[in-house]
Amino acid sequence: MAKDKNFIETKELTIHMGPQHPSAHGVLHLLLEVQGEKILSAEPDIGYLHRGTEKIAENLLYHQFVPYTDRLDYMCAMSNNLAYVSAVEKLLSIEIPERAKYIRVIAAELSRIAGHLIGVGAWAVDLGAMSVFLYSIREREMVLDIFETLCGARMTHSYLRVGGLRYDFTEDCVEQCRHLIGLLPERIDEYETILTGNRIWLDRNKGVGVISAEDAIALGLSGPALRGSGVNWDIRKDEPYLVYDRMDFDVVTGENGDCFDRYMVRIGEIRQSVRIVEQVLNDMPAGPFAVDMPELVPPEKPAVYKNMENLIHHFKYVSQGFKVPKGEVYAAIEAPKGELGVYIVSDGTEKPYRVKLRVPTFMNLQTMNHICKGGYMADVIASLSSLDPVFGECDK
Amino acid sequence: MLSEEKKRLLVDKVKSAFRDDIIKTIVFRDEVTHIVEKTAIKNLCNFLQNDPELQMNYLVDVAGVDYYEERPRFEVVYHLYSTSKKHRIRLRVKLNDGESIASVTDFWRGANFPEREAFDMFGIVFDGHPNLKRIYLPHDWEGHPLRKDYPLRGYKDRYNPFGEER
Repeated sequence: MAKDKNFIETKELTIHMGPQHPSAHGVLHLLLEVQGEKILSAEPDIGYLHRGTEKIAENLLYHQFVPYTDRLDYMCAMSNNLAYVSAVEKLLSIEIPERAKYIRVIAAELSRIAGHLIGVGAWAVDLGAMSVFLYSIREREMVLDIFETLCGARMTHSYLRVGGLRYDFTEDCVEQCRHLIGLLPERIDEYETILTGNRIWLDRNKGVGVISAEDAIALGLSGPALRGSGVNWDIRKDEPYLVYDRMDFDVVTGENGDCFDRYMVRIGEIRQSVRIVEQVLNDMPAGPFAVDMPELVPPEKPAVYKNMENLIHHFKYVSQGFKVPKGEVYAAIEAPKGELGVYIVSDGTEKPYRVKLRVPTFMNLQTMNHICKGGYMADVIASLSSLDPVFGECDK
Repeated sequence: MLSEEKKRLLVDKVKSAFRDDIIKTIVFRDEVTHIVEKTAIKNLCNFLQNDPELQMNYLVDVAGVDYYEERPRFEVVYHLYSTSKKHRIRLRVKLNDGESIASVTDFWRGANFPEREAFDMFGIVFDGHPNLKRIYLPHDWEGHPLRKDYPLRGYKDRYNPFGEER
């Protein structure tokens, strides 16, 4: 072969992509074996953001761990709150009030919208379409404004607490949500006119990073990326939690399992989330937004300053926490990136004996080698973005 | 509530097929847990994956737990799911310190990362794993941080003045 003058001799090279790379969505270090422009293998090297969250959890009271969950997938913190508090509530075996369930659904769906918007936007900017990123950030800002009205924080909410919620869902929030769901469908049409029919977008995503349903399941892929391969599995439908069984929405799936299908699934899911938010706004009942169990729920903050009993209550809650029955549970939710599960082993004290976070990004990254192998160097970026990794979550 | 059908499948069927290997079966909060002998894990996984009624084709997670005061000290916890039958099951295997366990990467390739994580955090060795090395921590790290005898703030060295003395 080398004798042929037209053939340029190449040899295998190892290229280190990251950990500081603008398209790596965080601190991902990819070890790429390349032969010319072709990828022979891609090995993710993770752990640059490891903070020992599980070790920290073992040394905190149950309610003190909620703010740490915000910092897992910081693009959609509400979902992480939800996974953790539902695991603790399952262990406690308590039923939260109806209104709290509806508000939680809104919180989870809004954070799914926020997560997918940044996912699609960052993906577009990675492939050179800067404008979509700016538009999607603009819409994400509206979601963050709702969160700010709801709980005062934009990124790290700690809004969902064991036993319910921290604050009520006010009329202001309802109004802002209605404004958002009125506006969002046409804004998504806008993104679609820029991307879905765009020649460059199609060329760079269609047939790129293909993974079959069997391979995806064997490798532990979940969430929108798995549904892009045509697997109809959504925890909201198959094991409904909160009030998802009362909601009318469709599970969006793809066919080919390539990057473009994964993009279409995300776009479809934003539309479905808008539908769910609309139904929740119409159906939300009045009532309490947290359980009536003083040992689980702290008093409202203004009351702590005025009333001695509330101050004592607050003090006991913060310093002692609450005991949780002995046992083990696993609670899973459909987070924007896939199945987010929390496995808690309790020894009957106020602190969890072991918390294991089953984070979707970590499992999804295992498919990187499979979807990059045999493709071109430039397609690695599209493949990576199509998994929508977040490293706060992956590295725990 | 755990339905009769699921109870028959996940509890009774598995128990009758592996009568000698299942030490204990727990149903807590509608979740089925089997505590299994270490030697049976491969056969059991093979059965759960290929049985037409069970079809556990998705490995959700592999986790380690350190029961510091108990003997055997460690436990490996497998969470399995069936994307077609929509049911979950949990397997627990007890291990002594220094003992190894068969890897399940032959059944689910997705066990690769979580088994590496359990190795990294607890020092549990998985036999037959294709690439068993640390995943989160640097390759030259000493100790396994999620063990209960590992201090919360690590050991004192020149980079970590707040750690505990060894």
